[in-house]
Amino acid sequence: MQYTIAHLKRGERGVITDVSSKNIPLKLLEMGCLPGNFVELIQFAPFQDPMYLNINGSHVAIRKETASHILIEKITHE
Amino acid sequence: MSKQINVALIGNPNTGKTSVFNALTGLNQKVGNYPGITVEKKEGVCKLPRGVKAHIIDLPGTYSLNASSLDESVVIELLLNKNDKDYPDVAVVVSDVENLKRNLLIFTQIKDLEIPTILVINMSDRMKYKGISLDIDYLEKQLQTKIALISTRKNIGIDRLKELITNYRDLSVTPCLDPSEIDKPYFDALRKAFPNQLIYKLWLVITQDVNFGKTDRNEIDAIASFKTKTSGDLKRLQQRETIKRYQFINNVLKKGKTIDVTQAKDLRSKLDRILTHKVWGYVIFFFILLTIFQAIYDWSSVPMDLIDGAFASLSEWVKTTLPSGAFTNLLAEGIISGLGGIVIFIPQIAFLFLFISVLEESGYMSRVVFLMDNIMKRFGLSGKSVVPLISGTACAIPAIMATRNIESWKERLITILVTPFTTCSARLPVYLIIISLVIPEGRFLGLGYQALTLMLLYLLGFVSAVVSAYILNKILKIKSKTFFVVEMPNYKLPLFKNVALTVIEKTKSFVFGAGKIILAISIVLWFLASYGPGDNFNNAEEIIKTENVANNLSDDELQQKIASHKLEHSFIGIAGHAIEPAIRPLGYDWKIGIAIVSSFAAREVFVGTLATIYSVGNDDEDTIKNRMAKEVNPVLGGPLFTLASGISLLLFYAFAMQCMSTLAVVKRETNSWKWPVWQLVIMTAIAYITALIAFQLLK
Repeated sequence: MQYTIAHLKRGERGVITDVSSKNIPLKLLEMGCLPGNFVELIQFAPFQDPMYLNINGSHVAIRKETASHILIEKITHE
Repeated sequence: MSKQINVALIGNPNTGKTSVFNALTGLNQKVGNYPGITVEKKEGVCKLPRGVKAHIIDLPGTYSLNASSLDESVVIELLLNKNDKDYPDVAVVVSDVENLKRNLLIFTQIKDLEIPTILVINMSDRMKYKGISLDIDYLEKQLQTKIALISTRKNIGIDRLKELITNYRDLSVTPCLDPSEIDKPYFDALRKAFPNQLIYKLWLVITQDVNFGKTDRNEIDAIASFKTKTSGDLKRLQQRETIKRYQFINNVLKKGKTIDVTQAKDLRSKLDRILTHKVWGYVIFFFILLTIFQAIYDWSSVPMDLIDGAFASLSEWVKTTLPSGAFTNLLAEGIISGLGGIVIFIPQIAFLFLFISVLEESGYMSRVVFLMDNIMKRFGLSGKSVVPLISGTACAIPAIMATRNIESWKERLITILVTPFTTCSARLPVYLIIISLVIPEGRFLGLGYQALTLMLLYLLGFVSAVVSAYILNKILKIKSKTFFVVEMPNYKLPLFKNVALTVIEKTKSFVFGAGKIILAISIVLWFLASYGPGDNFNNAEEIIKTENVANNLSDDELQQKIASHKLEHSFIGIAGHAIEPAIRPLGYDWKIGIAIVSSFAAREVFVGTLATIYSVGNDDEDTIKNRMAKEVNPVLGGPLFTLASGISLLLFYAFAMQCMSTLAVVKRETNSWKWPVWQLVIMTAIAYITALIAFQLLK
């Protein structure tokens, strides 16, 4: 199954593998949301939307809809 | 030669750019607008060593030179246009030590425009809490710049920055990135076509489509032939550019910045655990809101009473001191009371902006946006609409201006259109006087009926804003991608200087912006109420005297009767009579009609107009109230202000769009007359219908 940021649970981390640039604002890319960078889910608002993330050291909140366009590889706890 | 050095401050939002600006310029700053658009333009003067002066312009915060909003495009337009009088001799890029990686993105872009650039690394006082150490020499060499490591909070490093600005000619202008790396064939072709131009600049022109200024027009036409790529292709190239830049930055920082995690203390996650909590987050937000309301309505009542009193005595003093005549009357009744009507709102507006700027400076506002987005989204709004809707309780004008950071045009437009429903401070005097007239003083569950009514009216404001947002969201056929990206900045203690400057600046812009209109209207109103056509007006004195010959009135009573007769036959009185048939079904007479007509300019004029109409000498509420209580309904008999007509009037004021200044701001922000006109028509229609229903049911 293809994981996206929208699949993350609280405290889980992943590495971004691909972003569909059509559905992602450039601003998010500029904040570091690019392939190869790590992402961590810090907090959900109620109904799990929006999502409060740490992407490559930048703290941002985005809607789940946007998050579902960012593919990741989950980092399982070693 | 005493030429000023032009300095542009550039940087990401939340890096303390404005603090740096305040530290450099102090009170020597002015805030205006860029011509034709409503983006705020902040500029100031800074004294440098050896008698040199710098003209500093604080550009809107932006993450990169790829503009996605009006605010951001201002930055690019300036940097691309060498003929602009503000074109910088030197750019100062402000970054925050904790987010250096992201902040350097725009730094490399500006370097590539070959503008001399200084890098400011702000918030250096936080380095030890975070275990960060920087190799400044290495960074300066790799980035080919000069670095000022500063802390505006601790006032460290500002002198070094001033020194660097003074010696800006020594800065290197070597670019960081070779744009050809993005797409070699494309950029080689571009270079061949424009051998004399900076290739990165051309690339920005192509991607931004920004206005190059007249002298470069031909070039822009020629460049059009290079727009062969689809916008999707261009976006992919921009993405590749961003990746390239991050590769460069990561390499530099690998050696230049080290973090000892064991030293890091994490205040952020501890606070976030509570402040963004599913339950506690909302409870805390609710209590903060309560405090703000308390401040706006309670704490500000003391200065407001003082101001009111001061203006009343000033007006009285003018009347008794100056020789009587038209000019004295204009001064005392038109201008001074008009000015009083502006100044009286200063305490409330100052309090509101005090709270808003503290919440924003501390980083808490972003958490509110995060918490509220899900709820607001269901109504076609954005989490970012919360700030305008809260600000709207003071005044819709700054509230509508605060919608600018909403990315989606549809969400922003809806927010603009519904914000005037929230109960602004101008409605308050109207509510207070009518409530005290028609709502009994009893208590329910320990709460006074009157206070409850007021609270219900506030609630009504919010509910109608949200419900109309829901309806607009269904009706408006605007296709716009709803992106929502909110940076969650670090928590920090607000800097007193920044908060104070925001409060001063916003209050000033209210006084001189909205104030002008209120003053002008007061003068026009005074004129319309003081002059009238025909004998009935001009011979008022004789008419009243003959009518009352037998009544043996005191001089004062006679004067009041004359004034009242004059008003009835003045221009405004005639207008009041003219609309009476339309408002009689709502339970109003011609006098209320006048007050409504005049308060289409600004609601707060209502009480003042009634004061003039009932020929009570001053604005003291008790006197007007007593006078209003005695008014008789011309059709039904009995008191004019009953529960039915009172409620009808309250509802009318709750919904009607009675504020010219707001309409003007909506026109400016939406760039079309279409939306303010719709707003006026629909809100007034809702007001009329609800008032009609309420009166007919209750009478």
